[in-house]
Amino acid sequence: MHIAEGFLPPAHAIGWTIAAAPFVVHGARAVVKEVRENPESTLLLGAAGAFTFVLSAIKLPSVTGSSSHPTGTGVGAILFRPPVMALLGTVVLLFQALLLAHGGLTTLGANAFSMAIVGPWAGYGAYRLARKASGNLLVGVFAGMAVADLATYVTTSLQLALAFPDASSGFAGAAVKFLGVFAVTQVPLAIAEGLLGVLLFRVLTVNARPELERLGVLERRPVDEDDDPTPTPTPAPAPTTSTDGEVTR
Amino acid sequence: MTRRRWVTLALVLGVVALFALPLLLGAPSDYAGTDSLATEAIEQSNPDYVPWFDHVFSPGSTEIESGLFALQAAIGGGVLGYVLGRLRGRRAQREAVAAATSTRDDVTP
Repeated sequence: MHIAEGFLPPAHAIGWTIAAAPFVVHGARAVVKEVRENPESTLLLGAAGAFTFVLSAIKLPSVTGSSSHPTGTGVGAILFRPPVMALLGTVVLLFQALLLAHGGLTTLGANAFSMAIVGPWAGYGAYRLARKASGNLLVGVFAGMAVADLATYVTTSLQLALAFPDASSGFAGAAVKFLGVFAVTQVPLAIAEGLLGVLLFRVLTVNARPELERLGVLERRPVDEDDDPTPTPTPAPAPTTSTDGEVTR
Repeated sequence: MTRRRWVTLALVLGVVALFALPLLLGAPSDYAGTDSLATEAIEQSNPDYVPWFDHVFSPGSTEIESGLFALQAAIGGGVLGYVLGRLRGRRAQREAVAAATSTRDDVTP
């Protein structure tokens, strides 16, 4: 989904940068607020950022005979809501633009818009819908991760079609062409990313239950989500902490 | 093995299979990156388009580039492993404390 450096006409590059900037600034404020109000979130924020960092570094072969990389933005969107990923995703893209000659500074706005904004929001929406429909956290996680991945590549395709419409068939023709390059290749990767997300959340539901309850990902009373080996022996901590009245998500 | 372990194993195998199968079954291909395929498509349909900005830094060779990609994955994997290890250690500690206090309660009726 990295549009190469210089491969968006100046007007498009500036337009996408202006479109992405407020989301990234808002995301930066969301991260600062989260860390300041809930310092214990730092660990999981680090995990969300690290997950995107690993996954977007690994290019994987697909059935179409080309290779592509997952995005990993769904984890942070599900845990902390999408704004946080606007910052974390952009940091990853900046790292790749500066050190790896992958993506670019002129296309950073467009790339951030697809991977750090549209992907996380689409994934978050899919997570909420699938979780509500199925009543199962892990089904929601699978849908959220896969959709965040796929939506990113669909967005890139549309951005390129907008910048380089086909001479005869216009925007639609170009969109079909770029979707053929990006979206089809991405389908197996999106499924794999969904499975990886399920693996990660299975670990988190066992080991990070207090955080997930505080973030509203899990309900506060001990429900048996999976075949959880620990019947939660610890009684709930005394409800004396006044800082606990945080916003429900 | 518990059911939980089997599910984990099946998930890991599923991920591996999703990437192994195309390699095993697919027609011979060089698996070019989609990013460069898109760039090629643009150059083909818009031959007169000239990129108006160049990378501020380009790795000198593909070896250096893949090394930097590996570094990115290593940093991410390292941080992720650290966090998961800490969370797991914290749970083990909490369970040990809970077990200790509950046995103490049993001793002092």
